[in-house]
Amino acid sequence: MIEVRNLHKSFGAVKAVEDVSFCARDGEITGLLGPNGAGKTTTLRMLYTLMKPERGRVLVDGLDAAADPLGVRRALGVLPDARGLYKRLTARENIEYFGRLHCLDEGALRRRCDALMAALDMAGIAGRRAEGFSQGERVKTAIARALVHDPKNLILDEPTNGLDVMATRAMREFLFGLRAEGRCVLFSSHIMQEVVALCDRVVVIAHGRVVADAAPEALRLQAGAASLEDAFVRIISRSSACTPP
Amino acid sequence: MHAALTVFLKEVRENLRDRRTLVNALLTGPLLAPVMFVVLINAQLHVELGKAEKPLSVPVVGAANAPNLVAALRRMGMVVEPAPRDPEAAVRSQKADVVLRIPAGYGAHWRKGETAQVELIYDSSHRDTQAQIARLRDMVDGYAKVTGAQRLLARGLSPALASPLVAANRDQATPQARGALIFSMLPYFFVLTAFLGGMYLAIDTTAGERERQSLEPLFATPVARRDILIGKLGATTAFALASLALSITAFAVAGRFVDTSRLDMVLSLGAHFAVFVMLLMLPLVVLLAALQTLVAAFARSYREAQTYLSLLMLVPLLPSVLLIVVPVKARLWMYAVPLLGQQVGIMQLERGDALGALPVAACLAGTALAALLAILVTMRVYASERLAISG
Ligand SMILES: Nc1ncnc2c1ncn2[C@@H]1O[C@H](COP(=O)(O)OP(=O)(O)OP(=O)(O)O)[C@@H](O)[C@H]1O
Ligand SMILES: [Mg+2]
Repeated sequence: MIEVRNLHKSFGAVKAVEDVSFCARDGEITGLLGPNGAGKTTTLRMLYTLMKPERGRVLVDGLDAAADPLGVRRALGVLPDARGLYKRLTARENIEYFGRLHCLDEGALRRRCDALMAALDMAGIAGRRAEGFSQGERVKTAIARALVHDPKNLILDEPTNGLDVMATRAMREFLFGLRAEGRCVLFSSHIMQEVVALCDRVVVIAHGRVVADAAPEALRLQAGAASLEDAFVRIISRSSACTPP
Repeated sequence: MHAALTVFLKEVRENLRDRRTLVNALLTGPLLAPVMFVVLINAQLHVELGKAEKPLSVPVVGAANAPNLVAALRRMGMVVEPAPRDPEAAVRSQKADVVLRIPAGYGAHWRKGETAQVELIYDSSHRDTQAQIARLRDMVDGYAKVTGAQRLLARGLSPALASPLVAANRDQATPQARGALIFSMLPYFFVLTAFLGGMYLAIDTTAGERERQSLEPLFATPVARRDILIGKLGATTAFALASLALSITAFAVAGRFVDTSRLDMVLSLGAHFAVFVMLLMLPLVVLLAALQTLVAAFARSYREAQTYLSLLMLVPLLPSVLLIVVPVKARLWMYAVPLLGQQVGIMQLERGDALGALPVAACLAGTALAALLAILVTMRVYASERLAISG
């Protein structure tokens, strides 16, 4: 479970995140929805302790990120916005490296790699160097690397970015599988349809603030719109109307 | 397995797969300098030995004015060349290194027992002619001395009367020390090799990793940034040390191809030399790795890091040039200064002198302290938020 309370972060004059609070529960998929520059990546970066919030708290399974950053990172699997692979290592070696950084022993590491590569359908690329991987192959490897230590909580920053329809659908199935295992999945996206198709709960942020936090259906009712996309546009424009330029 | 060790092994493995890094760190870096070195030294020896062994041939103006002197010079091995029309012009245009002119009044002065005069016409700004001039001067002086002594004896006086004092030369330079003059650039070569050996890794593991967007996922693992840095520094240091070890070995081999016996000098580039150079360089290699990583961490891109590091590479040149231009006696405090300590220490080793325990300790402690400081500063930079974020 990931709890976020009153997070603040600014870069110089830019207030990237202002008073963001939400909760992502176990056994649920939570979507962080917002337009470009809304503060999604910045929020997630504070969750996996890459950045320190100016104010506010992050709790992962009850652990305070400020007090125990290593413990929090141990409890998290992260697919960050930057998802570069090591080009001179094979897909498998890339995954194994992260497993060893998580202190897995060699037997567990081998079993876990095999299981992940089977689940993500990576048999064709396991022994290939990451140099020249397609976007989809890169994302698969990065996801396997994020999950290698079998984390209870998962943070994915725009996981379907650059994926085609088939790959997006496969990713969706994979995330449903993780939810069925009782994990807490938090992902960000700026694509409505994706959020509708996946989420149990949607947190909409715009200009660094949470403007809505509800189930997809409730959200639409709340905005009084016919479709979710209309609801999204309405919520976003409402929030920008009251934010000074 | 400790996380730092995992990082270390991965960086080493990854960089061993990179052809450019391999060629630079383990081939051209350590081998180019020794090869250049052999070629340069042999060329220099060739020029100097050539001059010394060639018979001295000197154009003589007015040879007929002093047949005895000319005959004596011939006996001493001088080849008398015909006189040029304009001796001064011949010297200025470097057609002749030195011209001997015997004036018409020579015979008259000589017979009266007065001091006769001959002229050596040369251009002292041409350094390569100095050996020739000195040889001619020695011959003329020698002839004058012998003749003077004969005249004193003929009057029943001891030749010692005319030379109340002589300064005898007792050159204490060991043959090694004479060789070391040529070898004063060697410490710089070693520092340069270590620098180049680690440079690619320092950039690749920091600025490169950030540019390829893999630093952020790495920092999201439950490994303290300090441990990640230690692993990366370790890999950089390992490559630099491998490069250095190859270079020292190459120099030891190259030393055999320099025919120093002809100049009667000996160079100590054997096992003792190699071990002590490695020892003195060890903390310096760590210091360089930390500084390179620090600079690479500040740089915004791979290219920028390369530019900064190329500039940083010139810094180790300073003590080498300084000691060549202003040769100073090695003092204990110098050993404690990073770079300078290695420079004076290695120069002393080349000379075949043993290094005392105190200078070695000062060198190791001084540089190790600097390395520790550099590592601590780099750790601070590594802990900063902006380090991981590309773009
Ligand atoms: N390292 C940084 N330095 C300066 N400004 C930053 C930095 N990171 C983010 N910002 C600013 O903070 C705001 C939020 O950025 P963020 O990347 O969190 O948005 P996002 O919701 O992830 O957008 P996108 O959908 O485009 O990925 C933007 O205005 C951005 O310019
Ligand atoms: Mg983003």
